[in-house]
Amino acid sequence: MSLFKIFDIAGSAVSSQSQRLNVVASNLANVDTVAGPDGKSYKARQVTFETVLMNTPDGVPGAGVKVSKISEDQAPGRRVHDPASPSADADGYVTYSNVNAVDEMVNMISASRSYQNNIEVMNTAKTLLMKTLQMGQG
Amino acid sequence: MLNRLTDSLDFQAQALNLRAERQRIIAGNIANVDTPGFVARDMDFASALREATGTAAGSSMMAGASTTNPGHIPLSAGSAAELGLKYSAASQTNLDSNTVDMDRERASFVDNSVKYEATLRFINTHVRTMLDAMKPANQG
Repeated sequence: MSLFKIFDIAGSAVSSQSQRLNVVASNLANVDTVAGPDGKSYKARQVTFETVLMNTPDGVPGAGVKVSKISEDQAPGRRVHDPASPSADADGYVTYSNVNAVDEMVNMISASRSYQNNIEVMNTAKTLLMKTLQMGQG
Repeated sequence: MLNRLTDSLDFQAQALNLRAERQRIIAGNIANVDTPGFVARDMDFASALREATGTAAGSSMMAGASTTNPGHIPLSAGSAAELGLKYSAASQTNLDSNTVDMDRERASFVDNSVKYEATLRFINTHVRTMLDAMKPANQG
């Protein structure tokens, strides 16, 4: 019954989107993180999705999704001139993380919408299955 | 005798199966809305149903898809070609070459759910009609 597979497919998408939301939360939390003594600041992370084929008994694979990799943004961190700060370097600059808060907010909204869409797909599949169970009774 | 009562249900059962199949394909498209390079798929429902129920039009289509050259790969049962799966083109160009159009997918999803329920209702009504026909006259 292919309707059962919908829970696997939408479930894989929901879990991938929640992982993306998790990464966005890490990035937003570290938006003002200052570089440590080693001079390395927090790098923004991005998830990449990949289609994962889910085998079905009838041979036509379903298209689920998974997080294939989490990559770090290698752009240099934001540098602010603040000689009074204890974290300032020899030139008086403080290096913050390279997180772009606007990008992250957009990412968050997109992830949240995709999450909602997939929940809706599961709800519809559940309704259809419940009605199928009552076939011939009414 | 009894199979005559249920024979006409077979068509609706096939339609219901294909609707469930299409629902799964659309769910896959919606799941992969953010996957780079994913190409959305959909089913040509009318031809898939013709093929599944083996009506005249379906058999001629199978003849068109037969192997005419020893190098051809025969279409196996259950292959994507049998379901009439097609790839959709991108409606708007996309940097990650993903061709899922969320508006279209949502519309197809709702359309398919309603038609799935309609097919279910056809089956239920058919069953009720058959049960009514079997009732003794005094139970009207």
